[in-house]
Amino acid sequence: MSEFLNVVISIVFDGLAYAMILFIISVGLSVTMGLMGFVNLAHGVFAMAGGYATVAIMSQLGIGFLPALLCAGVAIGVASLVLEQTLYAPLYKAGELDQLLLSIGLVFMASGAFTYFFGPDPISVQIPDYLHGQIDLGVRSFPTYRVFMIAVGIAMALGLWISLERTLIGARIRAAVDNRPMAEAVGINVNRLFKLTFALGSGIAAIGGGLAIDILGLTPNFAIQYLVLFLIVVAVGGLGTIRGTFVAALALGIIDNAGKYLWPEGGAFFIYAVAIAILLWRPSGLFGRTD
Amino acid sequence: MPSLVGSHTRRQQMQPTQNNQHPSRRHRWHLAEALPWVIAVGAYFVFPDYLAFGTQILITIIFAISLDLILGYAGIVTLGHAAYFGTGAYAAGMLSAHLGWNEPISGLVLAGTAAAVMGWISGLVLLRYRGLALIMLTLATAILLYELANTFEDITGGFDGLLGIHISPLLGKFDNDLWGHNYYWYTLTVLVIVFLAARRVVFSPFGRSLIGIRDNVQRMHAIGTPVYRRLVTIYTISAGLAGIAGGLFAQSNAFVTLDVLGFARSGTILVILILGGTGRLYGAFVGAVVYMVVEDELTKLSPEFWEFGVGLVLVLVVLFARRGLLGFITDMNELMHKARS
Repeated sequence: MSEFLNVVISIVFDGLAYAMILFIISVGLSVTMGLMGFVNLAHGVFAMAGGYATVAIMSQLGIGFLPALLCAGVAIGVASLVLEQTLYAPLYKAGELDQLLLSIGLVFMASGAFTYFFGPDPISVQIPDYLHGQIDLGVRSFPTYRVFMIAVGIAMALGLWISLERTLIGARIRAAVDNRPMAEAVGINVNRLFKLTFALGSGIAAIGGGLAIDILGLTPNFAIQYLVLFLIVVAVGGLGTIRGTFVAALALGIIDNAGKYLWPEGGAFFIYAVAIAILLWRPSGLFGRTD
Repeated sequence: MPSLVGSHTRRQQMQPTQNNQHPSRRHRWHLAEALPWVIAVGAYFVFPDYLAFGTQILITIIFAISLDLILGYAGIVTLGHAAYFGTGAYAAGMLSAHLGWNEPISGLVLAGTAAAVMGWISGLVLLRYRGLALIMLTLATAILLYELANTFEDITGGFDGLLGIHISPLLGKFDNDLWGHNYYWYTLTVLVIVFLAARRVVFSPFGRSLIGIRDNVQRMHAIGTPVYRRLVTIYTISAGLAGIAGGLFAQSNAFVTLDVLGFARSGTILVILILGGTGRLYGAFVGAVVYMVVEDELTKLSPEFWEFGVGLVLVLVVLFARRGLLGFITDMNELMHKARS
């Protein structure tokens, strides 16, 4: 195989794996921000908590990586409801500055608390043997874990897309995102719907956080370090759209990877330049509603 | 309505300040306004060993005042104000390190000018947007500058920082001594000038129109205020002042690293201003002193307690003391007066 093709495949493949992490973690944020218009900078905390929960569950209960991941997702999803009820709910009608400040405060608190309990050093996770090593996909061999990551991401995107487009609850969510007062007027309980999506989004982000440990690493700084990236994915994709978040994650993930691969010393600013350009062109994001 | 442009939830939280005074009296000096200056001069004699730290506090106050002009008065929510602090810091630093321009006062003026130009250019683009789009764009702009500074490390020093800054003695006489005596006075003088300028701006008809834009932008459009032009003007002024703070930072430390442009700096200055109270200029003083002194004490104890603590305080301020420490004190005073009468 030619050298050039090999490089392109590497960039796209690694970019895809990275993009799937971005998608899994950000998708919940997109839907909740679309529903409530809440400027939430603390979404990465759920991913970080999911990562730590996965590691803790594996070592405490002695179960495997994948079951631990699911347990962490459920635990964080339930825990996020408490947070939503006590801290977020009072501020739904407040200005964006208040919401922004509250969520920054939560990020700081989480960072301090996780440093206290788990220490400042990066934590690694024991992934099962069958996800180790390389897998031959015909063209060439790829790292198994990244192939798995891409498969999970695509499956999750399909699952979420089907449940949003083809189920009654999905229809209600779409109605509430499109026109909240009207949805309430026809008897949809938007508050309950929101709690459901909030818990689901946080749980999915927690799973994403657990999956990301092996690729992005995990420190108590995770929520601060990647805060900007998750927000940019959501803003570029457009609030409240799964398709938008998916496309934005793909584009930014692959562009970021290409930039860092082709121009290691300066590639990091590509992704921000692209994000700024897209936001200047479409302030509501690629697939956001322009009203 | 979910919308990145976010015309919903416009700034209901921004409370009009100084609302119960007659307009012709608002700008008059109160006796209490002498207090911060008495403290600043007194601190020189009471804490002679902490003057370098004091200088950093004064610089932070200047930076916070610059943010107050756009956030507290014009209602522009930004997560990227470090862009202008950093521009000023790199301008002052590179003037000395590359061009050998070591004279501090002209260097500071140039730093402020560079940041103002940056503010003007970016403001022309950014201020066409509102709500979440504006927040994201300010954030991304600052990070873009950060990554650019990181990329062009042959002129900025990149990750290792900009070395070779040699600032000449002030007025040809006063050097930046180890204890920071001279730079304390230098910074305090700049703060006085910046403060007087900011005070002049906010009590001018121009400043009043900014408050109008903050509180009800539709009405300001309706009465014919050139809203966009006003916002660009105050954004440019604010960026210039932030650049002066950055320039002082570079000169007093004789060193510039990438974190002058970092997200942490944008976030911190926002927290400091919110803590002190927005839209009242003096909030910057209270916020900077309280934040930096507590930070200094708590990080000695344990960095993670500090991080948790600042998060907790922020959450509490948002939920219970939305107008910051100064607003909280004013409210308490009013309650006491009511209770007495």
